[in-house]
Amino acid sequence: MNAVAHILNPYLPQRAEVVERVEEGRDIFTLRLRLCDETARAAYRFQPGQFNMLYLIGAGEVAISIVSDPDNPELIDHTIRAVGRVTQGLQQLKAGDALGLRGPFGRGWPLEAARGRGLLLITGGLGCAPTTSMIHYALQRRAQYGPLTVCHGVKHPDDLIYTDRIQTWCGAPDTQVLLTADKGTPEWRGRVGLVTQTLDDVEPELFKGVAMMCGPEPMMRAVAESLLQRGMALNDIYLSLERNMHCAVGHCGHCMFGGKFICKDGPVFSYAEVRTLLAVKGF
Amino acid sequence: MTAQSRLLARADFNALIHALEAQGYRVLGPRERAGAIVFDEITRAEDLPVGRVSAQQPGSYRLEDSGNGRFFDYVHGPESLKRFLFAPEERLWTVSAEGTVSFKETLPEARPVAVIGARACDIAGMQVQDRTFLAGNEKIPPLLKGGHGGIYTDPYYATRRENLFIVAVNCTRSAATCFCASMDTGPRARAGYDLALTELEDDFLVEANSTAGEALLAALPLRNADAGAESAAAEAIEAAAVSQTRRMDTTGIQALLFDNLEHPRWDDVAERCLSCGNCTMVCPTCFCHSETDVTSLDGATSEHRRQWDSCFALDHSYLHGAQIRPQIRQRYRQWLTHKLASWIEQFGTSGCVGCGRCITWCPTGIDLIEEVNAIRATPGAQRAADI
Amino acid sequence: MAQKLRIAVHKFASCDGCQMQFLNLEQDLLTLARQVEIVHFAEATSVMQQGPYDVSFVEGSISTSTDLQRIQQVRAASRMLITIGACATAGGLQALRNWKDHGEFVRAIYARPEYIDSLAQSTPVSAHVKVDAELWGCPIDQQQLKRVLSDVLARITPRIPGESVCMECKRAGNVCVLVTKGEPCLGPVTRTGCGALCPRYERDCYGCFGPQEDGNARALGRRFQALGLSADEIVRRFRFINGWAPAMRAGAQAWEKQKPIIENMD
Repeated sequence: MNAVAHILNPYLPQRAEVVERVEEGRDIFTLRLRLCDETARAAYRFQPGQFNMLYLIGAGEVAISIVSDPDNPELIDHTIRAVGRVTQGLQQLKAGDALGLRGPFGRGWPLEAARGRGLLLITGGLGCAPTTSMIHYALQRRAQYGPLTVCHGVKHPDDLIYTDRIQTWCGAPDTQVLLTADKGTPEWRGRVGLVTQTLDDVEPELFKGVAMMCGPEPMMRAVAESLLQRGMALNDIYLSLERNMHCAVGHCGHCMFGGKFICKDGPVFSYAEVRTLLAVKGF
Repeated sequence: MTAQSRLLARADFNALIHALEAQGYRVLGPRERAGAIVFDEITRAEDLPVGRVSAQQPGSYRLEDSGNGRFFDYVHGPESLKRFLFAPEERLWTVSAEGTVSFKETLPEARPVAVIGARACDIAGMQVQDRTFLAGNEKIPPLLKGGHGGIYTDPYYATRRENLFIVAVNCTRSAATCFCASMDTGPRARAGYDLALTELEDDFLVEANSTAGEALLAALPLRNADAGAESAAAEAIEAAAVSQTRRMDTTGIQALLFDNLEHPRWDDVAERCLSCGNCTMVCPTCFCHSETDVTSLDGATSEHRRQWDSCFALDHSYLHGAQIRPQIRQRYRQWLTHKLASWIEQFGTSGCVGCGRCITWCPTGIDLIEEVNAIRATPGAQRAADI
Repeated sequence: MAQKLRIAVHKFASCDGCQMQFLNLEQDLLTLARQVEIVHFAEATSVMQQGPYDVSFVEGSISTSTDLQRIQQVRAASRMLITIGACATAGGLQALRNWKDHGEFVRAIYARPEYIDSLAQSTPVSAHVKVDAELWGCPIDQQQLKRVLSDVLARITPRIPGESVCMECKRAGNVCVLVTKGEPCLGPVTRTGCGALCPRYERDCYGCFGPQEDGNARALGRRFQALGLSADEIVRRFRFINGWAPAMRAGAQAWEKQKPIIENMD
């Protein structure tokens, strides 16, 4: 009689545990998680650009993108900045601690549309996290994608994270990493200036490829408009948006952006889908 | 509509309540409380707001005596069916950190509930919410399939939805704030109900619209309706439609609103809007909710709860220590553009069913139709500068 | 188990009602006692230990020159400072004096006014030191207090809802007293947290939880005028327990003839 009882409850987290915790920078850390239930762990798959809802007992849930390698879905990495109450709480977790996880949710990066083409990844601040999984994915399948250039901007050189990973990427075939800081220091060996300025140093051929962006919305707008001017097609520019999702399944309304739910229609959108509304302040 | 409609004498109304009770339903119906009509448990016809009508104006609701003995002339109160399906506050699951951490879902009790007195706008509102909370899931009965927008079915909503029996009442009166006729949702209930009643001089015209509704008819002291009764019902409903003075012009509304996101009218309405959220609370389709935890002081257990939220609350657009919509202008614009325009993109239907509750229950009497009309009158107008 | 948190409850100019809400937690106090050490709590114990404190709860407004010094000491000794109640958070009912000539009061009431150490204005704690969280209400609500305590125990920033009373009121299924009776209810511009207590009993809200995060008190004042309130009555609605809170002051301002004697203390 009760058909509802058989429906999977999309609100209910699974138990997960912290396998490892890595300090990435000031108030930035990576939690490597594993689902505790073997069946759930075996069934778990994700696409680069998707996110999980992490639940800290007593504090609540928060949407965090997955930064690890989709070829190894049993270990799920999340890079987190402690800014809100839940992330501050997550910061206190250590290896072996339990938390809740549900996901993955959302539409990730356009793996198929980008296949065979050059990849231009432009990120600002912690925006580098959601693209990391994409970089791993492409480097694992190096032959399937064209040249890869990562442009990453930080406010201050101290904000740079993932330095080991970046080293590895620099050594990968046909791969380039351009780093920039808004303000330099004597030790800083990258560029000084906004991430939009690094586009001047990008091989023009990449503007015929696919761009993927993540970072503050004004930065992404500026970069996207600059890419359009450089001849890139509207539909070849993708960006990952962020909102304070509560449900992650299109029910709670917190992530609405015009007619889109960022949680289920995104978080990755083509610039064509969101260009008009991104220009409207306070929408 | 069924081939043969029947008549239930007003004097026999208790039979309907008792038949529902006999089938195990908790019976809710309109009752007067604190100056308004709300849904509450009823056990007999005398519990209904007999001879009461509502005088509704922007920001004002008064109950008055009609001088007759009709049951359903009150039209409606602040509540729709929403609270019986999408609960104002509920527990979603619990977690225990004692020993091994474990999560336990807490689905609502699957108790059959019958609501007498749902209006066409209420039912239309419910069908709009179905599109949010019910996915095109095969495990949901066809009646409940929303299908358009949802990927995930909300099991809390679905449990209540499955257990709801709806006795619709076709409106034979409209309130001054009603505009369902222009939204094409009423005043006659068209689908989604089990039984529909139309109040006549001494009888109710009764129509069944589901197997459960048909089954209930068998338990009622009915007589066949003649053509005269049916046409009297149709005329009364039509008269209610014609009497509506408010009308929403939805022509090209998506383009109209989205082409005018910097219209000075948003500043104008922000001068009057309290940002209290009442419009969203009484709206039968608003689905926003927030999730919070209530944790025991020893930290051993926690309840994960959700409650109705509103895009008028500042924290609704919270992100990284700031708000995306810090101004009332931006929040009103978010609500109205979503309700009337982007809802269509999301769910293939307007988010407005024309019930007029947001007009009546707005403490300052903001009328969304006037807001739309003002923009329509001066399209392309631009606000001077960002204030 | 982490080390017990050292918690202090300080009193400034107030009636002690918010401290009583702590004591009224009753059996929860036993749970609390297992996890925290209450080292300073005038209403509850004669033990008055010095800082440092992990968390200081502060009741009462800053009303005397001694208060001015003491609040700096409390802040310096506390890792986290949370105000409790209308007095500490908004200046309290005693801030009504902020619109009057304080010296005149003192001279009229006390035989030896020179003995009176009282500031011209009663001000919230946040006007003087950094505040980490504010619990509103006159008095504060126990459920909110418990939530804040469990957040503090979990060492996360407390979340205190800032939405309107109306939202709580509608969820509870109350009928709106403003719309059905024309009562001058402050619910639309008042912060949630009380459980919509007054409207539940068909009474208009008088704003004891302070302003909601971003309401529109001016517009509500215009509505009150349309309901028949005089300018003076509208001023009195807004200028009450939380009258010195900026949003309530703004609500009254359009209607008030008398400006505060001393402007801009905060």
